Amino acid sequence: MKILVCISKTPDTTAKIAFTDNNTKFDVNGVQWIINPYDEWYALVRAIELKEADASTVIHLVTVGAADAEPIIRKALALGGDEAIRVNADNHDSYYIAAQIADVAKNGGYDLVLTGKETIDYNGSSIGGMVAEMLDMPYVSLATKLELAGTAATITREIEGGEEVNEVSLPVVVSTQKGMAEARIPNMRGIMAARTKPLKVVEPIAVDALTSVAGFGLPPAKAGVKLVPADNVDELVRLLHEEAKAI
Amino acid sequence: MSVLIVINTADGHVKKASLEAITYGAKVAEQLGVAAEGVVLGSVNDDLAGLGKYGVKKIHQVASDALNQLDAQLYTNVIAQVAQAAGATVIIFSNNVDGKALAPRLSVRLKAGLVSGAVALPDTSNGFVVKKNVFSGKAYANIAVNTPIKIIALNPNAYQTIAGEGVAEVVPFAATVGTPRVKVTSTTKASGEVVLTEAEVVVSAGRGLKGPENWGMVEDLAKTLHAATACSRPVADAHWRPHNEHVGQTGFAIAPNLYIAIGISGAIQHLAGVNRSKVIVVINKDPEAPFFKAADYGIVGDAFEVVPKLNEAIKKLKGVA
Ligand SMILES: Cc1cc2nc3c(=O)[nH]c(=O)nc-3n(C[C@H](O)[C@H](O)[C@H](O)COP(=O)(O)OP(=O)(O)OC[C@H]3O[C@@H](n4cnc5c(N)ncnc54)[C@H](O)[C@@H]3O)c2cc1C
Ligand SMILES: Nc1ncnc2c1ncn2[C@@H]1O[C@H](COP(=O)(O)O)[C@@H](O)[C@H]1O
Repeated sequence: MKILVCISKTPDTTAKIAFTDNNTKFDVNGVQWIINPYDEWYALVRAIELKEADASTVIHLVTVGAADAEPIIRKALALGGDEAIRVNADNHDSYYIAAQIADVAKNGGYDLVLTGKETIDYNGSSIGGMVAEMLDMPYVSLATKLELAGTAATITREIEGGEEVNEVSLPVVVSTQKGMAEARIPNMRGIMAARTKPLKVVEPIAVDALTSVAGFGLPPAKAGVKLVPADNVDELVRLLHEEAKAI
Repeated sequence: MSVLIVINTADGHVKKASLEAITYGAKVAEQLGVAAEGVVLGSVNDDLAGLGKYGVKKIHQVASDALNQLDAQLYTNVIAQVAQAAGATVIIFSNNVDGKALAPRLSVRLKAGLVSGAVALPDTSNGFVVKKNVFSGKAYANIAVNTPIKIIALNPNAYQTIAGEGVAEVVPFAATVGTPRVKVTSTTKASGEVVLTEAEVVVSAGRGLKGPENWGMVEDLAKTLHAATACSRPVADAHWRPHNEHVGQTGFAIAPNLYIAIGISGAIQHLAGVNRSKVIVVINKDPEAPFFKAADYGIVGDAFEVVPKLNEAIKKLKGVA
């Protein structure tokens, strides 16, 4: 079993969101970077669990990013990947990133390609599907469970208002979310081991992005909360009905 | 040339999010001076011609048993064929579970730039620029699509459905479908309830409620408002409530018209999933709870007293006993 886990770097969930260069760039000043939570908690930890169940499993990690993504990929290695590949490219659209991942995956002979449900900065929820199409593989999105038996995968995915169980032959691309696994923290042994695990840097293939960012903005600030006394819920109902027209 | 809207169904019924996508797609078509067409895959029980009142002129219906469940590859094959036949230059999906499975694949297939999570009509005054949510709703980005064909996946609840007059022409479309590679072996649905990601009103509660036995008043209020119920992450983690109610950074992201948060502190990770709600009401006994900063209306008070009273007051307004 060979698994490729797609790891991206995102600002910490509590980071202040601001923009520079005439609102065309995210302001990285003072931002702490983390592994995108879905990639870490669900995709990577599920891969580690599969390796724990079958020791012959090999886990590769891939990230498309500049050198500043290395602490993130080392942390992912400390959690449990065997080796990592960094495609040395930054700031491109989903299509470009997917093409780099697909190129890494193409000759890797992976049975399973795992991504997170979405990046918490771009919120694309796109890269898994794009990689699957580029590799002509089936794609099961928003998966909450994944079990393997030989070359068959049983995958539970979210549908509107419920869940659906899918059966599919490997190889397959799966985007993962809550339910898939429980978050872990790296231990000392993992951190030490990660230092000597291979981290290969490869140059990107030539691909044209299909979209570009024209600019960013912040939503208008809320006007401020209108407080209603606890003993006057009728007033709240009136406001919701007449002013907000919400009920 | 046309704008092609991919219409989703569940159990044979057109999804509400698709009505939004149709209304939006019709508006885009008007902007570009082309026709709005739709495509429906699999069997449908609803009256498709009636969707004309949302502005779609023609609907291509592709009926095939293989399309009665979602296999992203087969769906992509079919939508690509319809898009070509219809001369589509813009393809609209809803950014719901189906849209997230399909739009990225189609983007690669047609080499068409994708904007997922769109929240407004495209700006076509200089190129083709679409506004989308980024940073989990804390900011937006304007994305320029630089390819001849463009794909937009519209966020649910981001565009108001408008029903007017009109009847769509429904035409069967003979497509090469292919063989499915994904087999659906079972489906489970939370029955009879309002689907959280589609709900207009959501009543949500957090650790302030102390234990699962206290959720009766939350469910009562939700029933009165015809609302879906939701919860904070620790509540789902402690199994007080099912995981499919967990909203926030790591749970569902929702954007209802009204979000009522009861006994939830308003941590940034919680807000990430709900801050696109149009109106937020917070009920919390701590006046310093961070949620009040993100709220439109609030009551500082004990949920156990306020919520039942609120339920009664709303019942009175709605004229239900
Ligand atoms: C990476 C990461 C991701 C996360 N993702 C999510 C997520 O997706 N969703 C999420 O919800 N959380 C998430 N969290 C957790 C989040 O940080 C908070 O811990 C969590 O939201 C708190 O839940 P709570 O508000 O229900 O509980 P608490 O923080 O314990 O707040 C309870 C609130 O109830 C109030 N209260 C108590 N008694 C009463 C009463 N009788 N009447 C009225 N009010 C009362 C209190 O004043 C308090 O404000 C995440 C955390 C991390 C680190
Ligand atoms: N730069 C990247 N390098 C590697 N994987 C990525 C990158 N960006 C996104 N991914 C993967 O694709 C998933 C979906 O990302 P997105 O489509 O941007 O929401 C993420 O959860 C990651 O698993």
